[in-house]
Amino acid sequence: MTQYALYLNYEFCTGCHSCEVACRNEKKIPLGDFGMKLLEDRPRQHADGSWHWDYIAYPTELCDLCADRVAEGKMPSCVQMCQAKCLHFGTIEECAAMLAEKGEKAAIFLP
Amino acid sequence: MAEAVTQVGNETIWRTCAWSPPGCHPVGCGLLVHVEDGKVTKVEGDPEHPITRGALCTRCLALPEYMYHPDRVIHPMKRAKEDRGLDKWEQCSWDEAIDIIVTNAKEISEKYGHETIAVFGGTGREGNDYYSTYANCIFGTPNAVYAQPGWSCYGPRASITAFMMGGGYPEIDYAQKCAQRYDDPRFVAPGVIVLWGKEPLRSNPDGLFGHSIVEMMQRFGTKLIMVDPRMTWIGTRSEYVLQLRPGTDTAMAMAWINVIAEEDLYDHEFVEKWTYGFDEMVAACKEMTPEKAAEICGVDAEEIRGAARLYATTHPSSLCWGLAVDQSPNGVQLGQCLLALMSITGDLDAPGGTTLGAGDVHAANAARDDSVGSAADDRDASDYADRLEESESYPNQMEIAITYAYQYGLMTEERYAKKIGVDKYPAIGAIMWTVAPDEFLKALETEVPYKMHMAMFQSSNPVGSAIAGEPQRWRNALRKLDFCFATDLFMNPTIMACADVFLPLCTTVEHDAVVVPHYSMNISFFGAERRCVQVGECKSEMEIMLLLGKRLFPQYWGQFEDEIAYLKSKSGALDWDDLKEKVCYTNVENYYKYKTGELRPDHQPGFPTQTGRVELYSYAYQAFGESPVPYYEEPAYGPIATPELMKDYPFVLTTGARKQEFFHSEHKQVPSLRAITPWPEMDINPADAAELGIEEGDWVEMASPYGKCRQRARVTPTIKKGVVHAMHGWSYPEESGEEPSLFGNWRSNVNCLLPNSVNGKLGFGDTFKCMICSCKKVDGPGEHPSPSEAEVYVEPSRQKPAEVVGQIWRPADAPEYN
Repeated sequence: MTQYALYLNYEFCTGCHSCEVACRNEKKIPLGDFGMKLLEDRPRQHADGSWHWDYIAYPTELCDLCADRVAEGKMPSCVQMCQAKCLHFGTIEECAAMLAEKGEKAAIFLP
Repeated sequence: MAEAVTQVGNETIWRTCAWSPPGCHPVGCGLLVHVEDGKVTKVEGDPEHPITRGALCTRCLALPEYMYHPDRVIHPMKRAKEDRGLDKWEQCSWDEAIDIIVTNAKEISEKYGHETIAVFGGTGREGNDYYSTYANCIFGTPNAVYAQPGWSCYGPRASITAFMMGGGYPEIDYAQKCAQRYDDPRFVAPGVIVLWGKEPLRSNPDGLFGHSIVEMMQRFGTKLIMVDPRMTWIGTRSEYVLQLRPGTDTAMAMAWINVIAEEDLYDHEFVEKWTYGFDEMVAACKEMTPEKAAEICGVDAEEIRGAARLYATTHPSSLCWGLAVDQSPNGVQLGQCLLALMSITGDLDAPGGTTLGAGDVHAANAARDDSVGSAADDRDASDYADRLEESESYPNQMEIAITYAYQYGLMTEERYAKKIGVDKYPAIGAIMWTVAPDEFLKALETEVPYKMHMAMFQSSNPVGSAIAGEPQRWRNALRKLDFCFATDLFMNPTIMACADVFLPLCTTVEHDAVVVPHYSMNISFFGAERRCVQVGECKSEMEIMLLLGKRLFPQYWGQFEDEIAYLKSKSGALDWDDLKEKVCYTNVENYYKYKTGELRPDHQPGFPTQTGRVELYSYAYQAFGESPVPYYEEPAYGPIATPELMKDYPFVLTTGARKQEFFHSEHKQVPSLRAITPWPEMDINPADAAELGIEEGDWVEMASPYGKCRQRARVTPTIKKGVVHAMHGWSYPEESGEEPSLFGNWRSNVNCLLPNSVNGKLGFGDTFKCMICSCKKVDGPGEHPSPSEAEVYVEPSRQKPAEVVGQIWRPADAPEYN
């Protein structure tokens, strides 16, 4: 059976929270709980003066990668609504290929 | 392409484009609205929308929570005048509500004159298209009011562009006017984009879909340069971040021009053929070396050089200007420099450069000779643009209003000349259809040149925490009026304090309308907003205009059977019936329109200015009493201008950075959105916080000579030492709406710290992004101070003593204006 995953290019995750709200709408998750959760590693300056500030959106155990939507030929809700277009859905192999191509600041998630 | 409306089992799915309400500017994001049993169950992004392609921000994702919120007002309401400030509203019928308004408007017009009625509009909601229509074409008053000191939002940028280029609005190129978007063979991605005083991911853009910049960074490796007092997330992904002292942007921009001229990095051919006064502008910037700007702005001189070089030597490069241009008294000069920077690279209206709009001739005509409706426009033929007849482009909605008011006799030239404040600040009246706001507040208070008697509030909340400076003054002045009414969706501080009738409005998915990015000044597409459901007895602004118009000015409004007839009449040649089926038309335009004659009504090459060129040396500025070339002026409050005051108010204060989950004073009652940002936050540097004993999450009281407020500390190195940033737009809908609380309006309202009348010479700009304040740790949110406690009137600069109201203190008078 084909196994799917989410690929996140977190160099460009802007922290907009759209995935969280889109997921909650889709999976009818009550406020306060999450199927997609946005984490922030808050801004700080490295010793050389350069900056660090990352957001990472990741799927929790409530995520089923929108199996119903995917069966209808749609994208998972979080991927469709992602404003930065930094979230992608595909097979593990497709996601791994994106990861290898990106080479940095990217991750694959299996909820 | 999916149908506009599809049926899936019990569910109807509508494709539509968003505008407002709830608050948003005309970005026109694509929605899929799921409806079951007449109720919206879910909103998604529309993957087929050419610009947003499925993306959607949290405000529209949470739309059902907003639409069906228990506090939403869904029936008309009335309240006795003596109960203003008390929650003694009574539901009434539309007939009764309209009767009350019509009776009062007629009485007041007959007794005191139409001009004693004011119509307030706010920022960029769809209602923006209508408030001058209500004013000019229903109530017959010239006094449409945008209540922000110095008209400090978009209007200055639009005016500056009209003065220097003849009209329109410049926007970065993100293939928004290419039929195949990024894949279009004509499109080249910007190599570098400058974000000047603009955070496009969080801002409430007027037509720019901000995340397209992140798309271009990923697809094309587009690089960024930020000029901003704050380090932002997108700043951490930029090549340069020039973190300048708030309010010193003009010095920085002049230094860029200095570097680009000095090092010969400009496009000689463009400068020679298409600009006027380059040498004079360069001469004006000669003294502003990077070293001098470094001293003023607090940014390393080599960083300034490096950023200017990167911008000027990368082609194509694009420049995105933001609210910082509008919100400083020196902003008119900043805008002049930034338009110069967009031009002298040669990348103006080039693929990947800074685009111009072919609809620009409208504003140009208005700015030049008040001729209305004569604009001709033969844009590039495309599948859709063919539908727009050659002689008629998409009409400017505000021009329509005044034209008909004259034509049908509701407005006279004599009465229009009574528009308040534009005699003092004629530049504000040049292309903006409103009063000069700071002058209007004084007129309300002093009853000079005449006493006002009635107000309508439409998409505006001037007693609240977003638009006004010193909202305590607006509250007191507006309470004096004989009659006030409002159209809105939720009760707010202004309506609770001042209004007598409340008319409930529709959201964007409850009415039919057209959304046009940049208010038709730089059109990337035309989108249909659709009536997917009805909520309560809510009506759209267009429906309400018809109800009132047919009673008050039937000579004009009588011709429209319903709001769709009106919508069609005001859409020019745009075919509504076709648009609503297709949902969205891309407005395909040529590049280099100044070469093809598409910018000028006479179809000659060039810009629609007096010289036919981009006027870097501005005759329009000169005609309005401003210097024709840029100069730097220190912020009215700050370490240089008011060193004595800095002892009591040691921080430079900048305000109003956006959160995408809120639109100004709206949205705080929407659970999913409030959960993202539950409290108002002020940013303070860790070193300053440590000195003051402030820790993350502590309540901090900020005060200026004008007032005070409390917000919670976000201790962060992203703001420099000595500077703080405070959020705008906060009140607490969960608290009592009655006076004196007004939904906790005075607790966290940073606008209470911000004065009126600190304007530039043209009347534009104020201190929203360049004020001073003190900070101290406090135990908690505290009780809400009453507005009378915060009532401190101060008139800082450029005001003659005779014009000053309740003045107790004048810190920053510049001798040349006395």
